[in-house]
Formats: sequence, structure tokens, C-alpha cells
Amino acid sequence: MNFDLVFDSMFLQPFFIGLIFAALLPLLGCYLRLREEWLAALALAQMAAAGALLSLLTAVPLMAGGVAGAAVAVLLKNAVEGGQRKRQGAAYALLLLIGWGVSVLLVSNLPVADRVGHALFDGQLYFTEIPHLIAALVCAVTVLGVLWRLSPQVLAAHFFPDFYRSRGGSARRIALVFDGLVAASLALATMSIGVMSAFALIFVPPWLAWRHAQSWRGSLFWATGIGVAAHVLAFVGALLFDQPFGPLLALVLAIVGLVAAVWQRMHDAG
Amino acid sequence: MTGLPLLQAENLSAGWSRAAGPVIGPVSFRVQGGEILGISGPNGTGKSTLLAAVSGAAQIFSGSIMLAPGARLALQMQQVPELDGVPLTGEELLRLTGAPAAGLPPWLQSRLFERLDQLSGGQRQCLHLWACLDAPGEVVLLDEPTNNLDPAGVAFLIMALRQRAEQGAAIVLVSHDREFLVAVCTRIEEVGQ
Repeated sequence: MNFDLVFDSMFLQPFFIGLIFAALLPLLGCYLRLREEWLAALALAQMAAAGALLSLLTAVPLMAGGVAGAAVAVLLKNAVEGGQRKRQGAAYALLLLIGWGVSVLLVSNLPVADRVGHALFDGQLYFTEIPHLIAALVCAVTVLGVLWRLSPQVLAAHFFPDFYRSRGGSARRIALVFDGLVAASLALATMSIGVMSAFALIFVPPWLAWRHAQSWRGSLFWATGIGVAAHVLAFVGALLFDQPFGPLLALVLAIVGLVAAVWQRMHDAG
Repeated sequence: MTGLPLLQAENLSAGWSRAAGPVIGPVSFRVQGGEILGISGPNGTGKSTLLAAVSGAAQIFSGSIMLAPGARLALQMQQVPELDGVPLTGEELLRLTGAPAAGLPPWLQSRLFERLDQLSGGQRQCLHLWACLDAPGEVVLLDEPTNNLDPAGVAFLIMALRQRAEQGAAIVLVSHDREFLVAVCTRIEEVGQ
């Protein structure tokens, strides 16, 4: 173990990129959980990975390909759903299969896609560059700015759908804007930290936060705090033990989630 | 009271799809500020569809609905979204519609900062009703508001409805609870007869 690595300036940039997504994705995850759309995160991340791999066939940059893949996913999701929530699960499952199928076929048939594919699925945080940092910062500022205004509308459309509609609000429009934020964030996160760790950040911190928080605002703070803490732990662990960051972050979150669930169950029983 | 209706329906027929045809109508009514209109009738006669048509959720096949210029609707339908497991407090719920907490009974005031999934079904229903009833607006539409309420909850609802009407709001209540409608309404219209 080399503790000096943790403080090496070479790793500062990847650390901050990961930190941005570790704070941002759990925040979005709380709203996805409210809308019962957390599975969408995995479908969007898969489609972003497929989009990035497809971009290898063209002159389109990898990051733009990823964002385009996620954007196509949002359009397909809305086309399948047609505004009906009962069709939601089917849309996500289909997108997940499409994303996975396209990715595996490209990795199998294109030598260059094999390397990029591994990077996307394992997470390539240590190989991120300045454009990744700029994209992450722009994404975070945009998402936080829009979410600040959108949050009351998302909550009102969920808890008072008839009231919201009768005041001229459009739940469909809100959903489209929100989907756009999630798609862009997940696409950029997938390019940096990988498919499964992006999904883990969307799913686990909100799931834990909802159990312990005493208010909606509290759940946002809890979820962000858990995401950031898991990121720091996984980042330091990956450097010290020379392991890939993505799987380590997913494992840290999954283990914390399991321990918390078992502890809660024992606490409830006893 | 101005004498001019805040909400008026003329020969209204409404339903959920052209294929299925109208569920209710033709029906006409008008409500002025300060009035509480009760819509009564057996199950399946389209009472809820009527409110949904006013809010724009159901389709209008014929007739018309007129809302006074500048009048804002506050609508609460029967189904309250799932709250189990959601970390939302009563105070946060009220903030979504702009309803003030002042005026809530002490047994709800004291629990305003607790998670809604820690309250009883009746307490949640009361908060949901209050959020719509006391939201800034001139026309209030409530669908089966006594569902899940115990006698204390119903008594609170009757008092709150009267207060809101005294403040000038036009209120339309849909309910199968005839006794409740008789106790609170200034007028009752029967549908489906």
C-alpha cells in the first residue's frame, strides 16, 4: 500500500469528477425513486454506453455518442409509454436489452470497441481528462439550477396530480425535462465512472436515505452524503489496493446497503 | 356574494373516451362565491367524472364549462398517491399547494413535522384535503372528502369548508355520504336519477 498515492496531484482531477457525480446522481435518484423510475437509470446508462460504442463507427466524439445514446433512450421511453405509467417497466426492460445487445455485439466485432467497452463497464475514472471535468461541472450546475426550480413541480405533480393539472401544469412536460436531466447526467457519469457504479449511485444512497431521513429535504442531504462518503472510500481503496474504481464503488454501496437493511430488520424484530 | 357564478356547467356530457361514450350528462349547475354545492348520486353515475371534466382530465363531449376569468381551481380527487416509505412531512406537503398551516386542528399541528407515513390514514387524508381546500384559489372541488375520516376528521372538515365558503370561495363536493352533504352544503344536486 502506498499512501502517498492518495495525495498525488495526478489523481486530483479524477477525484473531483467522481465527487461531482457522487453528489449529483443520488440527488436525481431521490426523484427517480419518487417516480418509481429507478430502473430507468440502468437502462439509460446501458444506452449511453451503447451510444458511446456506436460513436466509434463514426467521427462523433465518445462523450457526444454517450449523451446521444441516452437521449435516444428517453425518446424511445416516451414513445413506448405514451404518458401511461403502467407501460413504464416494459419500456425500461426493452431499453436495457437494446443497450446491452448493441454494446456486446460492438465489443465482439470491433477491436477498438473491446477496449472502450471494458472502460465503460469497469469505469475509467483514472483516465478521465479535462473535457470530462468541464462536462461534469457544466452538467452539475445545469442540473442543480433546473432542479431547484423543477423540484416543487415534480413533487406537486406527483402528490397532487389533479390539483397540478387543474392549475394548468403539464406532468408530461415536467417528465420530459426531468428525463433530459437524468439522461445527460447518467451519460456523462457512465463515461467517467462506468455503467454499474453510476446505477449504484442512483439507487443505493436514495434507498438508504429514504429509510432514515425525516423529511424530503433531509433525504436529499442524506443521499448526497452517502454518495460522497462512498466515493471517497472507494477512491482511496482503489488507489491503495490498486483496484478498478467502478466495481469497488458499486461494492462499497451494495455492502453498506446490505448491512443497513439487515441491521434495520434486526432492529425492527428486536 | 356577487351573484355571478365562479363556475358554471351547461348541458355538460363528459366521459373518458369517445369509444366508451359519455359517463355523465347532460348536467347543468352553477356555483357562486360563498356557496357549497353538493353533488350526490349512486355509485357509477359519473360524479367523479364530472369533477375530472372540470379539471380537464376527462373529455367533454357536449355542453360547456365556464370558469370566471382569473378564478383558480383547487381540486382533490379520491385517490391519494402512495406515501408509505416516502420521506415527506406534512409541512412539506402543504408547501406544495401554498396552503398555510395556520387553522389546522391541534392534533394535526403537533404532527406537521413528522413523516406522513408515520400518520394514520385519516390524518393523511385531512392534510391532503387541507392542502387543497386552503390553497390560494377561488373554486374548490373535492371528491369523496369524507373517505378515511373519523368523526373528529369529518367535524374538522365541515368547519373548514364553512370557513372557506365565508371567505368567498365557491365549493363543489362530490360525495355518496348524504348526511355529510346535508350538514355542510347550501345546495345539493342529484345526478343519475
